[in-house]
Amino acid sequence: MEPQTNSGPLKWTLITASAVFLSVFLLLPLAYIVATALRQGMDAYLAAITDKYTCKAAWLTIQATLWAVAVNTVFGIAAAWCLTKFAFRGKKIISTCIDLPVTVSPIIAGLIYLLTFGRQSFLYPYLDSWNIKIIFAVPGIVLATIFVTFPFISRELLPVLTAQGTDEEEAAALMGAGAFTIFRKVTLPHIKWALLYGVVLCTARAMGEFGAVSVLSGHLWGKTNTLPLYIELLYQGYDFTGAFAASSLLVVMAIIILALRLWLERRGSKELDIRK
Amino acid sequence: MKFRNGNKRKSIIPGFGLSFGVTITILSLVVLIPLCSLVVFASRLSPAEFLNIIMRPRVMASFWISLSTALAASLVNAVMGIILAWVLVRYEFPGKRFIDGIIELPFALPTAVAGISLTHLTTTNGWVGKVFYDLFGIRIAYSWLGITVALVFIGIPFVVRSIQPVLEKIDSQYEEAAMILGADSATTFRKVIFPEILPALISGFTLAFARCIGEYGSVVFIAGNTPYKTEIVPLLIMAELQEFDYAAATSIALAMLAIAFIILSANAILQSIASRRISGLN
Repeated sequence: MEPQTNSGPLKWTLITASAVFLSVFLLLPLAYIVATALRQGMDAYLAAITDKYTCKAAWLTIQATLWAVAVNTVFGIAAAWCLTKFAFRGKKIISTCIDLPVTVSPIIAGLIYLLTFGRQSFLYPYLDSWNIKIIFAVPGIVLATIFVTFPFISRELLPVLTAQGTDEEEAAALMGAGAFTIFRKVTLPHIKWALLYGVVLCTARAMGEFGAVSVLSGHLWGKTNTLPLYIELLYQGYDFTGAFAASSLLVVMAIIILALRLWLERRGSKELDIRK
Repeated sequence: MKFRNGNKRKSIIPGFGLSFGVTITILSLVVLIPLCSLVVFASRLSPAEFLNIIMRPRVMASFWISLSTALAASLVNAVMGIILAWVLVRYEFPGKRFIDGIIELPFALPTAVAGISLTHLTTTNGWVGKVFYDLFGIRIAYSWLGITVALVFIGIPFVVRSIQPVLEKIDSQYEEAAMILGADSATTFRKVIFPEILPALISGFTLAFARCIGEYGSVVFIAGNTPYKTEIVPLLIMAELQEFDYAAATSIALAMLAIAFIILSANAILQSIASRRISGLN
């Protein structure tokens, strides 16, 4: 079935061009991180990644990621359920608003929270009197992380639920099932893989977010530095072994995420084929 | 669905109130209220003030740098994206699955990590930068070129992932017909395949372009951040924020949002024109 154009020297020229391009732009930076992290030996590397501040930064990154995944999962399921199972006005507006955060530059994401909760905001006196700190503190970092990953889960769920329609849920409801039972027994099995896929995407973006978090963090050592921000501090302090060692942790996470993604894609498409 | 004709709201599926409530509450808290605060803050600025800030030479220079590097990087990615998608869809070769997997790396790798790695590689004594500096006298890091390199890295997946599914769906019958009618492979590509993938190419290109304009993490290290030369718009906003000049930061941010809006609308218009051309309904 292969058309004739796809044979001969053209094929191998294009394959070579792709391989060279990807090696230079993707693999070389990755290899460089590992090589630089290990340049001063294994001991220096281990010392760098078990450093007190590295661990604190890693823990803050994990916290922010968990919050983002939790909030966006709840939101994603609620929004997908609400937008696909019911007919009402304003659906289009809601779905546009959900997608807004990814079209906005991360720096602007940081800026809008700064304007909302910062010193010049009308909310500031209230927050101050209740002693709530959001800007330059952990809540700001968590909020920024939620914002930049906001549509990641709902966007994966919406097409699946739209394609599935409402017949099965209607049947279940007619037979007297409650909302949670319908969700658990009817809807969840359909969206299981899409949900996991969304969680993986959300995790990837959340742990690597830099711009928005950078605006809101205030860069307090051991308090409001996430791993990417801590890498910036080390790099600017010319501690290259430390910076690349901390980066290598994120490289490992990125590789795990890519592998999970491939596995989910294959697993998910297999399930869909069976159902067809 | 006959029984739902009269009143649209009446669905027998339970849980509307709860899911709608949760959706609106979280949406308002995370997205709408903070965005409104931007509008409220911006409305305190007079148009003259706004224009005054935007027309500053340093601001104009940063917009020029952001737009030109994003355009250059997206063009590189458009060309490489077509080639990569073509190779992945049409050819079988060892390592294909691996290539398919690593294309997503820029999504998975934190931008700051990519940024420091690319910077170190391309300084005049880095692995790649040294070659370019010794052979051609070209500096990559801390120049316009360096910013473009970082943006190429960020934009790789966009074009490939837009074109790939479209290319998979093209029926090879049309190509066979074109060839039987005597077209060579270049003509077949130009007249048969390219028009089919054009809408996907445009949407991948604009997505990459929009992302590149807002990109911060990977560029901040490699740019060098010299005003008028290598300062992109997000960096300038950051600089204004560090000087607590919120009015300037907000004005520049608004101009940036306007540009993003124009790009995305242009994409929507081009999409509808392109799809009309394909379906032949002029």
